[in-house]
Amino acid sequence: MGQQRITRAECAHVAALARLELTDEELDRFTGQLDELLDHVAEVEALDVEGLHPTMHALPIANQLRPDVPGEVLDRDEVLAQAPLAEDGQFRVPPVLGEAP
Amino acid sequence: MTVLGIAGAVRSGQRSARSVVDEYLGAIAEGDDEIHAFNLVAAEQARARADEIDSTVAEGRDPGPLAGVPVALKDNLCTRGVPTTCSSRILEGWVPPYDATVVGRLHGAGAVMVGKTNMDEFAMGSSTENSAFGPTRNPCDTSRVPGGSSGGSAAAVAAGFAPVALGSDTGGSIRQPAALCGVVGVKPTYGLVSRYGLVAFASSLDQIGPFTTTVADAAAVLDVISGPDPRDSTSIGDSQPPVSATLDNGVDGLRVGVLAELSGDGISPDVAARVRAAVSALQSAGARVAEASAPAAVYGLSAYYLIAPAEASSNLARYDGVRYGLRVDGASTPDMNTASRSAGFGDEVKRRIMIGTYALSAGYYDAYYGKAQRVRTLIIDDFASVWDQFDLVVSPTSPTTAFSLGERTADPMAMYMSDVCTVPVNLTGQAAMSVPYGVGDDGLPVGVQILAPALGEPIMFRAAAVLEASR
Repeated sequence: MGQQRITRAECAHVAALARLELTDEELDRFTGQLDELLDHVAEVEALDVEGLHPTMHALPIANQLRPDVPGEVLDRDEVLAQAPLAEDGQFRVPPVLGEAP
Repeated sequence: MTVLGIAGAVRSGQRSARSVVDEYLGAIAEGDDEIHAFNLVAAEQARARADEIDSTVAEGRDPGPLAGVPVALKDNLCTRGVPTTCSSRILEGWVPPYDATVVGRLHGAGAVMVGKTNMDEFAMGSSTENSAFGPTRNPCDTSRVPGGSSGGSAAAVAAGFAPVALGSDTGGSIRQPAALCGVVGVKPTYGLVSRYGLVAFASSLDQIGPFTTTVADAAAVLDVISGPDPRDSTSIGDSQPPVSATLDNGVDGLRVGVLAELSGDGISPDVAARVRAAVSALQSAGARVAEASAPAAVYGLSAYYLIAPAEASSNLARYDGVRYGLRVDGASTPDMNTASRSAGFGDEVKRRIMIGTYALSAGYYDAYYGKAQRVRTLIIDDFASVWDQFDLVVSPTSPTTAFSLGERTADPMAMYMSDVCTVPVNLTGQAAMSVPYGVGDDGLPVGVQILAPALGEPIMFRAAAVLEASR
């Protein structure tokens, strides 16, 4: 293996971006495993892909759009029944900013 | 029993759907404690549905081409009123308010859903050991893995718990477990089968397909589930000819390539020998065989392990404790999001989300994700040249036969290498399937992979039928 590609601090930063909280043990383990993977995939760095388009969709087909007419929709109560917390026809969450009133 | 055998008997009134379903439910009750193919068995619902099918037959009406056929569904396919977990704690107890399109099509054809099958969490894995509900065992040898991520579906068919199961294939998750369990597994052309109601992993790669014991059964099921769907904007807009119609047309005169990049290093000698035997069988049946080469295919695994996690990190952002699934309370919404995700996701899912987040993050996007997308183009271009010279390409499905439980769990890179033969096809969007073709030195099944260009399913199935008949 060559130089370290991802540090423990970078790994912690990525976890925070992804809204994951890792234990010290997880952070140690994942740093090593991510580093090993990045080292493997680094083989693509050597390839000359200048001038090639990035592929986002493998086949040359455009979006298939349905006619813009109202169709069946999911039942609101049935959907809200699956929520951890719902109130007055809405999803209920803790305060997004600041403290609870 | 085969899918076609059951449907024929039920449609003609020779056998009741109820007796068929009871027989399979009995097999599950007897054998699944050991195999753990299922996360959930919907016994009552299946019996009620079978009775409906029998009433339809009694009224002189045809229930459809899959009349009374028990079907197992991978637990990432949404089933209205039946829990769908993706083998993850974060979705435990979630009951979808709608059916996936494929579920509706199977139902409309007279099939009977018997249960939801175990899988690697969110389809991330190659052994079904990443399930939050414990691993599935390979029915051919219960000390071995069934492959993954659709290991429960493959094991269900191999163990005789259902004559057909559906799985999803993002990097080999249908073909590899099919090979390891000794059944037929199909990854259709991207867009041939609607993904509506398939819980998304990597949307540009995911595709649904069947597991069966025979090639003709796989064709019959594919013909039912494929076709345009207004609910999936990536589904191919035109209906394709049924693959069943041309199944027996043989391979006389077809140009078959043996893919050089997937036949050398890293392939077990006993697996390679079975692939050579399959190539000889196609040759004996009149195919013209030569070596084919797609040099960039060797970079498939690297491109895949950047692109798939990148798409996953975005797709899995929706599991935030707000609308469904697990919520772990926090003082604020961001705290609640983090607590829920940290408690609900397993190790492999966390790893992939982190790889994807890293590959997409500022400063690394061009070096990793952007580069991988261009390598994907390179692989597509290489295969385009292959299809100028060949109708089909043959390779191993998996570099080895089934490995032991626990053998690769501590080493993610070793696990990822299991997918080396299957990922290129997901990157190119083309069709591929695995056909069981004898056993390796350890007596365990070997699968041969047949690759076809996009929408090349009819020719691919003809070759699969020839291989099956030559076993």
